[in-house]
This record gives sequence, C-alpha cells and structure tokens, in this order.
Amino acid sequence: MLQIPCPWCGPRDDNEFHYGGEAHIARPVKASELSDAEWAEYLFLKQNPKGPFTERWSHSAGCRRWFNVVRNTATDEIIEIYPMGELPKSPQGIKAYETNWRRESAAQKNAKAGASDK
Amino acid sequence: MSGQSFRIRDRGRIDRQKPVRFRFDGTTYGGYEGDTLASALLANGVHLVGRSFKYHRPRGILGAGSEEPNALIQLGAGNRTEPNLRATQIEIFDGLQAESQNRWPCLKYDIGAINSVFHRLLPSGFYYKTFMWPASLWMTYEHVIRNAAGLGKAPEDRDPDRYEKMHAHADVLIVGGGPAGLAAALAASKTGARVILMEETADWGGALLSESDSSVAGKEPARWAAETVAELEAMPEVTLVKRCTVTGYYDHNYLTALERVSDHLGAAPEHTPRQRLWKIRAKRVVLATGALERPLVFSDNDRPGVMLSSAVRTYINRYGVLPGRKVVIFTNNDDAYRTALAIEEAHGKVVAIVDARRDVRGELADAVSDKGITVYENSGIVSVQGRNKVAGVEVMELAPDGSSALGTVKALECDLVAMSGGWNPTVHLFSQAKGKLAWNDELAAFVPGTASQALASAGACNGTFALAEVLKEGMKLGAEAAREAGFKGRAPAAPKSSEPEQGALRPLWIAPGKAKLGRKGKHFVDFQNDVTAADVKLAAREGYRSVEHLKRYTTTGMGTDQGKTSNVNALAILSDTLAAEIPATGTTTFRPPYTPATIGAYTGRNVGKLFEPVRKTRIDEWARAHGAKFEHVGQWMRAWYFPKPGETFRQAIDREVKAVRDSVGILDASTLGKIDIQGPDAAEFLNRIYTNAWLKLGVGRCRYGLMLKEDGMVMDDGVTTRIGENHFHMTTTTGGAANVLSWLEEWHQTEWPHLKVFFTSVTEQWSVVAVNGPKSRALLEKLCSGIDFSAEAFPFMSMKDGTVAGIPAKIYRISFTGELSFEVNVPARHGLALWEALMEAGKEFDITPYGTETMHVLRAEKGFIIVGQETDGTVTPLDLGMDWIVSKQKPDFIGKRSLERASMAAEDRKQLVGLLTEDPNVVLPEGGHVVEHLKPQPPMDMLGHVTSSYYSPNCGRSIAMALIKGGHKRHGETLHVPLEDKLVKVTVTEPRFFDLEGKRIDG
Repeated sequence: MLQIPCPWCGPRDDNEFHYGGEAHIARPVKASELSDAEWAEYLFLKQNPKGPFTERWSHSAGCRRWFNVVRNTATDEIIEIYPMGELPKSPQGIKAYETNWRRESAAQKNAKAGASDK
Repeated sequence: MSGQSFRIRDRGRIDRQKPVRFRFDGTTYGGYEGDTLASALLANGVHLVGRSFKYHRPRGILGAGSEEPNALIQLGAGNRTEPNLRATQIEIFDGLQAESQNRWPCLKYDIGAINSVFHRLLPSGFYYKTFMWPASLWMTYEHVIRNAAGLGKAPEDRDPDRYEKMHAHADVLIVGGGPAGLAAALAASKTGARVILMEETADWGGALLSESDSSVAGKEPARWAAETVAELEAMPEVTLVKRCTVTGYYDHNYLTALERVSDHLGAAPEHTPRQRLWKIRAKRVVLATGALERPLVFSDNDRPGVMLSSAVRTYINRYGVLPGRKVVIFTNNDDAYRTALAIEEAHGKVVAIVDARRDVRGELADAVSDKGITVYENSGIVSVQGRNKVAGVEVMELAPDGSSALGTVKALECDLVAMSGGWNPTVHLFSQAKGKLAWNDELAAFVPGTASQALASAGACNGTFALAEVLKEGMKLGAEAAREAGFKGRAPAAPKSSEPEQGALRPLWIAPGKAKLGRKGKHFVDFQNDVTAADVKLAAREGYRSVEHLKRYTTTGMGTDQGKTSNVNALAILSDTLAAEIPATGTTTFRPPYTPATIGAYTGRNVGKLFEPVRKTRIDEWARAHGAKFEHVGQWMRAWYFPKPGETFRQAIDREVKAVRDSVGILDASTLGKIDIQGPDAAEFLNRIYTNAWLKLGVGRCRYGLMLKEDGMVMDDGVTTRIGENHFHMTTTTGGAANVLSWLEEWHQTEWPHLKVFFTSVTEQWSVVAVNGPKSRALLEKLCSGIDFSAEAFPFMSMKDGTVAGIPAKIYRISFTGELSFEVNVPARHGLALWEALMEAGKEFDITPYGTETMHVLRAEKGFIIVGQETDGTVTPLDLGMDWIVSKQKPDFIGKRSLERASMAAEDRKQLVGLLTEDPNVVLPEGGHVVEHLKPQPPMDMLGHVTSSYYSPNCGRSIAMALIKGGHKRHGETLHVPLEDKLVKVTVTEPRFFDLEGKRIDG
C-alpha cells in the first residue's frame, strides 16, 4: 500500500485516496472546433508510461482536496506533490510534463491559454 | 498410548513437567508442552504423516519449520477444522485432534497409491495433455481429479472464531528473532527508535535454539537469546511479537504479519482473538529471516525418514527428540557434520556420512573422524530401501562430473537419512519488496542484490552464515536502520561467539541413481507437488524454458509451501538441462503471503453486523414498528413496502399504489442525496454541470437537472432549488450522493478553481417526507399555517419556508409520481415527529405509508427514469427521449461536445421505450432480452433488455420499460421476450402509461 503525502493531512495510506489519472489534461474551451478524433485526444487517450508520471490524487476519505503527484510508475516512488493548477518543479516531473505528447495535441491547444492544466 | 521412545533425556526446551495428550488419525499419543505436532510424533516414532499429492506416495516429516512440504495436517473438527497446516508449526495442547490428508481409506493402505504404479502415464503437464478434449467433459474430469488430488477439507459452515486486525507504525521493523534479528533489535532499540521485532516460532533465538556446539558471549546461545529478549522487553519503545509470521512486503514499507495468538492454546481465552493480522508501516525494515536448507535430489529421497539435516539437529536440541537411531547422512557441505555430532551426542548412531565432496578437511571433519564415523567421500545415495519408513540406503561413488554413479554398491542399514544440499537464504520478503536477487557462486544460492525499498538484510538471509559475522551484521544494520529513521547512535559491539568453522560446499543438483534418471526410483524435486527431476527435464525438452512456464507446466513451486525447499533445485536442474547459467534462468516471482494465511484474519471483525455500516433514517424505527419490509439501497436501509396482516407482496403494493393516486400516501425520502451549494458562482457552476439552463432560475424555484459525464452519458439526476441568489439545494439519487459530491468537487478544484462556490453534503441534516396524492394539499393545509397551498400561490416546481405541525420546514412542490406532491424537509431530528403528525392528521384521508416499491411503480406509470436502472453508463439523454432537457443555447456543459458526435445520433442506438405485454397479467422480468426474430433456441439477435417492469393497478395491467435498438422508431411494433418457460409477445409504446396529459400534477 502506497503512503501518499497529502499536502494538507500529511502521509496517509493510499486507501484514503482516490486516483484521478493523468494530470495536466486541459479542457478544451472551443470544443466544437475540434474534430471527433481531436476531442478523443482529450477525452479518451491517456498516458501510461513506465517511469515518472504526472497524475492527480484526491484525499477522498480525508480533506477531500485534489492535488498533483509525480510518481514513478515502475517503483512507486513519489517524487513530488504540488497543488492543482501548478506545474511540477522536480527535474523528473518537468521532464514527464514536457515530453508528454499531449502538450502538442489539438485538444490541449484548444484549451484556454494559461488554463489550469488540471 | 505408546511411549515416547525417541525422546532424549537431557535435551530440548520442552516442559517435561507438562505432559500433553493428543490424537493423530485416531490414536492417542503423548508429548510435552513446547512440542510441535511433528516433534511429538517423531518422539513416538511416527514418521508416516501424509500421502503425496499426485502419486499418493507415503510421506514423512521433512523439515522442522514453516518450509515443510509433506506433513500437512487437517486440524480440529467441525467449523473450526483447518486444512493444510504444517505439523512442524502446530504447537500441541491437551486434546488436540489432527488428521492426515489425501489418503483413502487410511494412511498406510492408500488406494490412490496406484497412481505411483502408472507414473509413466502421469508426466509433467499430464492434465494439460490428457484432459483437453472434449471441453464439455472438463467439468467431469475436474471433479474426479479434485477428489483424487485434493489436499485438506475446508470447513462447511461459518468460522466461529474471532480475528483481529492491528495497525502499527515502526521506526524499525525487524523480521526474525534469530541471532541477526535479536542483534539488530538490540542495536536499533538503544537509539530510542520505536522497534517492532517479529518471530515466526514460539521461541526467541532462531537457529541458536538448534545448536549445542556454539556459544554467544560465553553462554549457551539459547541463554544469550533469552537474556537479550529480557533486555528488549524492558525497553518502552520495543514491541516483541512471537508466533507471528511476516507474510507480505508491500509498497512503501507496508508489511503484513499474521500472529497466531491463541492457536497453541486449543481454545482462545475470553477477549482474545484466535489470530491477529498486523498491518505495519515501517520507516526502515531489517530482514533477518534466516535460511532454508535444500534437500538433495536423489532416488526415492521422499521416503518417510528422509529429513533435512538441520531439522534433525533442531529436533534433537530444541525438542529433545532423536528422529532415528541409525542415521545415514548425505551432504555436500560441512553443516551436516554438525548434525552427525549432535546425533552421536544424543546417543544415536551415525552409520555413515555420504559426502559428495572429495578431500574434506577442517575442524568438523576432524571431530567426525575422532568419533570414528565412516565418511564416504565423492559418493552419493543411489537408492533408498523401505516404503513407509526408511530401512536402508545404497551408496556408490560419483563419476567425476557427478552425472552418474560408479563402482561397487555399498548397502547400509539405517532408519533415518539426514540430507543437506546447502542453504537458500530466505529472500522471499526481499523479493516481494521488488528487490533484485544476485547469484552467489560460493553458496550456490540467491542472495539479496539491489533493494528497492528502505530495507536491509542481515544474517543468513543475506548469505552471512558464520555466527560471529551474523551478530556483527545484525548490530550494524540495526543501528544503521535506526539512524536512517532519524535516530542517533552507533552499533554496540557484537558479543563474542564461537562455533565450528565450516568449509566450502560442492553443488550437487541431481545425485545419480543406479539407472537412468526417471527409470527406477524417483528423484523428487518438489515433494508437495510430486515433481521429479525427470519431470523438470522433460518440461525443458518440451520447450518450457522459462522458469515461470516450468512452474505452471510441472506445478513445481506451487501449493501451500510455494516451493520453499524446491525452487532453487528445480531451476538449477532446468539451467543444467538448458546448459544455461542459473542466474540467467532466474527465479519465479515471490508473492505474498510467505505462508498460507487464514482468510478470517484478513476479514478480522468485519463480519456479520460489522461487515458494513448500515444507514437508517429517523423514521426507520416507526417503519419497523409498523411491519415494514426493508431493502438495501447502497448502505441505506429503506422501507420497501408496508404489508397489512395477511397481505401478499403484490396485494400490498397494489393497495399502496392505488392509495396514492386516489387519496394521499407518504414516503420516507430522507435518503435522497442532498448537497448544499453556496457562493456567488453557484449558478454558473450548475450551468456547467447540468445539461439545462440554470442562470435565470428564480429564487424559490426548483428545476430538474440531468448530469452527464464528459462522454455524454447520463450520470445522475435530481431536482435542485434556488434557495437564495447564491444558494442552491441539490438533490441526487440515493445511491449516487457521494459520487455526485466528489464529481462537483473534482470539477471545481481541478478545472474551475476560480469559481467561488462551496459544496456541503447535507443528506443527513434533513428528514424528508414526500406527501403524494390528490389529498396532499388538504392534508398539509391542516398542519401548516401561513402558507398558501393554492396552485397559483404555490406552483409546481417551487419551494416555500414555513412550519409543518409546528416544525420549521422547507416544502418543495416537486413530484416523482405525477401526482400533486409536496416534499417536506425538516431538520433531521424532527423526522419522526413530522411523520407521526402527518399520519395522525391524514387519518381522515385514509393516509397510506408506502415504500420504495410503490415509489417505483408510480414513477414507472409516468415514465420517469431511475438512473442506474434505465441507464447503465452507455445511455445519453437522447436515448432516453429527454432531448428537451439538453440546452441548445448554452456554449458549454459537461458532455456537450460528446453529444455532438455523429454516432450519438445513430438511429440504431438503444433507446428507451415502453413495452406492453399481449397478456396484461404477465409481468416481464427485469433484464429480460427483447428480440425481433424468434429462433427455435438461443442465441437470438438481441435488440435490448427490459429495464423496469411492474404490475400497475392504476393502468390495470403490466407495464415495462426497455432499452432497445432504434426503439424510438419502433412504436407500435410487435417484439418478443423469450423466457425460460414461455414466450411473451410485447408491443412497443412510448415509455409513459398513465395520465399522459399530465393533468394530475395540480391535484
């Protein structure tokens, strides 16, 4: 069982948390301008890398707050936690964020400039 | 009761003042407190304790600990019976009842042993090769195979025992109470760290308890262990737990352990669980799990009386039992020489030591020679005599490459063979923690390589065997672990110790027999699964070159022991056959639990009433007192219906349903999800969450809303009311309340954090009574003053504050029945008072309390959907014919873009329709398949399924809703619902059946 450092409550067992999947998928704001395939980039296509991954967690059985995590999916090492709406600061997190194909996707570009990148 | 003729007078840690009587296979035996079942049986000269899995060969006790593959026991009777327990771990108590397994009619004459005669027909992969076809017969095969091959029997009823769970946090968790573990605990605890030390057996000291030829700090090693434990016990931050197996090592240093709290007592004392499951989060872990001796793989090495050499020593020194009087030792290393000396000291006779090595020199060889024990060097056992018990062995010289036997055959008489093929560090937990193993050529074994978690391995489990080194390593790693956990301190000096020095071993993976491998006699690799060296080689020849495939094909390493004694031998033989290096072949994956664990322990106290919380409304008590039947809705208990004496289900429902439409009925709707939403952006937020428009909803007005997921599928529905400019009251389905709140929070926190809005669950703050029916207005007028209930002043879909029966209330004029209806919300604690006041005032209208079933029928008559019944996550609002609720004007809402996908408008999507059966009295089963073209038998092309179906007394017939392909264009068509016993002809209609004009809403 992972031990996840909730930014508000401190380290807790992962069964108090809810996994939110990949982080930084910005929601398109002019979705009607996207083709179905481009909309699918936002809606269905998710990264599943081996190694550092930016992802979202919610402390659902605790403070109920969402936050971002950089986790190494191969070792389960938790590299960094940071608030919603911010970008990773660790070198591994920055790399994981920047090398994600999504940064160049039509859906992502459709999102409001400077969008929360949830 | 036979005497304990193999007991040694002056040895062992058993309590001779406390004799114990127990039964094994119907015979009563004597033993002492401190004995295991295995040691007590051996004291009585009993070796034959089981039959093997496949060949039903007689089997004896191989080991002395949890690694035991053979001596699997069915313990106890009735609902407390437990199968597959290792006799080597069962502590005996007065009255213990044990049975052997896998034999019929009895252990000595077992009919299944015929398999042994036909062994040529049972090669590796036998089941895969033989029972492949026809597939339909597999069920029959399986039944026969399981009967023939089963291990123990599971109890048939509930487990009457109590189990507990314990959560613990440690700075340093130490696994194993042997010399390394004790040293590590001592070093770590002196820093002030919170230390937990767990030991699998009933006694502290591990291997120290099995030796008589060593000393620690100038004392007997067992004494040093006892004194160290006493010192540890005196420290406040140290927790010592024995009879506790650490079974699993999970992520982030999370470990589970199974403590057998009272198994050794027979019955658990009051307020004591039988077993306790520990869940431990440790900052650092020191593994001190020791090592397991490897059997040698020689012809008929499974005969009762062939034991591990270290086990023989353990029985002598720890339990005071000499397992045999005339012993042949077969070894490839020095350790077994210690056993030879221990046997002689205990007045047993060592007939000979058969050693695979040449030119054996050193302290132990000298000591053996001084005793006059014959040593056959460069030799191996080529056959074993005796069937139910060893009677003798034959010994021959080994060819230079060890692959065959040469020279003359020496026959030796004996009643015990002690074998040692070297040692495997117990790396199970290290590997479970995703550590990488490294092959150590000198030990011919896997040792811990790179760790992946915050752990260290100390002592034999790290490949460190010399006692002095073990103690030093324990001290060092214990202190280091504490420092890494944030404490200060240096490792204390290790106590001085002495033990006989040992030389190198010679790996011997298969000891040759007289004939070719597999021809005469069996070389067992895996005792529990009856896998022989020939099986492993055959599998390799057939192409099973990966260890993982080998395991599954031959079953080696499976079963209750998970190959503790067999895995390394098996993969060494595989490597040899493939001419590959052992490390390149690798090991199979080590998975938890280390030893089998009782499911009861994992369940703990979460049984019966404590299985899951039950949520009850304030009106629950009244409903119970009035004979209501209940149903579970999520965790809620909801009144299902209120039968009058003598009424059937159907009669009660028909009465309730009619009463609501004829006069007035009341429903406890308190379980509906309720979320209080406040903030200046609340309306904007709702506008994005729901499909319809919310910005212009007036204060005091209610609106029905549908929530979609981003993929356009219906997720939840409910009525939300604008209580103030910036204040809304949302209702959700009973089952969806928690999900909806999470959904709102997720969107707010992750996508629109700039919106100023807050959500609070208020489900349990309000008691809600839905008052439905043409007389509901008249009823409420009796109980309320100051509220104008007229249709003009209090229109449909609006809310008013006021008092009902003197209780402050919010009254919502909303309807889930199509009738004139008011949902009265009062602070939760007044729920019962409100209900009783309504019942009292309603007498003149013949008021009828109703439950969820009537609610369902009433809403179905009107065609109102229930999310989760008419929908299943693949249904859009359009499929439901609810286009009217999907805004065309709003620029955005969740799910909007997905609804624009062309496929969402496809005409053959499953769409909601009504179904009317040809015979109005036939009520379709929900889930029934709807087909267009009948075939004589399934499969038939399915158009869809029935989602809701009831008898409607108001319509005077059955009604049903269904999701069927292209349903919206099929109105009027005749379709079929084929059932098990009949065919039902149905006509497709729109999904509404009663009050089609909606005239009843104003009463």
